[in-house]
Amino acid sequence: MGPFWRRALGLVPAGPFTLVKRHAVVVRLSHWINALCLLVLLMSGLQIFNAHPALYWGKSSDFDHPILSMTAAYGDTELKGVTQIGAHRFDTTGLFGASDVEGVRTARGFPAWATLPGPQWLAMGRLWHFAFAWLFVINGVLFAVWAFSRGHFKRDLLPSRADLQHLPRVIRDHVKLKFPRGPEARHYNALQKLAYLAVIFGLGPLIVLTGLTMSPTMDAAFPGLLWLFGGRQTARTIHFLCAFSFLGFFIVHLVMVVLSGSWNNLRSMITGRYAIEEEGHD
Amino acid sequence: MTDRRRFLARAGAGAAALLLSGCSGLSEKPWVAHLLGEVEKLTQWAQRLFAGSHALAPEFSKQDIAPVFRANGTLDPDTADYNTQAAEGFRNWRIEVGGLVENTLSLSLSALRAMPSRTQITRHDCVEGWSCIGEWKGTPLALVLAAAKPRKEARYVVFRCADNMAEADAPEAYYYESLDLLEATHPQTLLAYELNGEALPIQHGAPVRLRAERQLGYKMAKYIKRIELVADFSQIAGGRGGYWEDQGYTWYAGI
Repeated sequence: MGPFWRRALGLVPAGPFTLVKRHAVVVRLSHWINALCLLVLLMSGLQIFNAHPALYWGKSSDFDHPILSMTAAYGDTELKGVTQIGAHRFDTTGLFGASDVEGVRTARGFPAWATLPGPQWLAMGRLWHFAFAWLFVINGVLFAVWAFSRGHFKRDLLPSRADLQHLPRVIRDHVKLKFPRGPEARHYNALQKLAYLAVIFGLGPLIVLTGLTMSPTMDAAFPGLLWLFGGRQTARTIHFLCAFSFLGFFIVHLVMVVLSGSWNNLRSMITGRYAIEEEGHD
Repeated sequence: MTDRRRFLARAGAGAAALLLSGCSGLSEKPWVAHLLGEVEKLTQWAQRLFAGSHALAPEFSKQDIAPVFRANGTLDPDTADYNTQAAEGFRNWRIEVGGLVENTLSLSLSALRAMPSRTQITRHDCVEGWSCIGEWKGTPLALVLAAAKPRKEARYVVFRCADNMAEADAPEAYYYESLDLLEATHPQTLLAYELNGEALPIQHGAPVRLRAERQLGYKMAKYIKRIELVADFSQIAGGRGGYWEDQGYTWYAGI
């Protein structure tokens, strides 16, 4: 097998290498709990969205002016799915607005393969969503406490001045799909650090807070939430955008994992061990 | 491949297959719904910790009122008795207050209107996800309960409604709901008889509906005929404390 494929698959390098300890057990454990939570939260969230597949901006729902909606319309022969974003309408039959559930064309926002449970079942979607929301938050808080107390953020995630100076080069390398193999691979690069920090301290808290803003009891306890996000329906829309930002992060993350050595990366997130090529070998 | 690698690869593939095929199937298993439903208690405990018994739901200004307030659930009970009462302008409508109380009451609409009232512009949040803002006027439920004097054993307030949710040929299943005393005596919990300055329209629960502003819409029973104080609701209908609860929705609807 040529060196390109060995690298892409992340197999043990042909030349000399060392296995280094890359991820602490807490990082590995919280990573996989997080992965499970995000999958269940996204799919059950889409199930909840399907109960009223429209988004609004503001305190309440202006039903005639959603900023996004997925509806079904009767076409000539069958149900057609229509997605509307602002004033633009798109035919999205089969995907959004109308799709097949067990072979029957059905009016629904997201298709059955994307929702948990598959068929329309709001009560069950809510049970999944809130149970895994708790798990997501507890996991996140435990990780943050561990990471602060062990200096993980400062040591591994806070970009150094050198990191920031190298940022343009790192971006160029990423575009060329050139990833560090040698001693440089022992540490996160600047782009990784910034991406992880943005998710941990930006997207994560934002999706939790906008979720809580949708709760009428939380709005009574913390009216500041409504002030912060500009109303419950705006919070719901931001929550939705956060969910798809997470999905976007996940897709880029997966592509990076695959391109920079699938098995090496996967092993390092399971056993903690990561293969580093020794200097002098390309 | 080493054994460990082979094991990890298989475990990974197995977990993925289980997730994809299993999650929808899992939803059908009663123990899964039960286990996930246990979280409701944690949610209730945490929300009560912060909101307590008196934190008020946000109130809005006149400009925020929705031009058309969306109606959901039953839009007209359409029974012979209800239609007669509606034709009479509900002047013979009575709300019975009974169960575990010292004084049973039978309140006419005029008796309810004669009691002190509260007017509030609040946001109605449907479990489906949408919100509407409207101005509600009604009698604080706490005042009615104080007049009825709940006995010490009373823990829940059950609302019995005039709308039959059953299909045409099925046995009758009247809408009902319940609140615990903490939520029932909250200052914004009303027996509402006006929406936006007008008598409550039929589609919104005429003549009297519940407003429980820190809860989702399905808790706010419409067409209220009877208010019952009970020690527990396990013997009522499906035993979960409400029509939608019997269909699998959580009893605690603060989120």
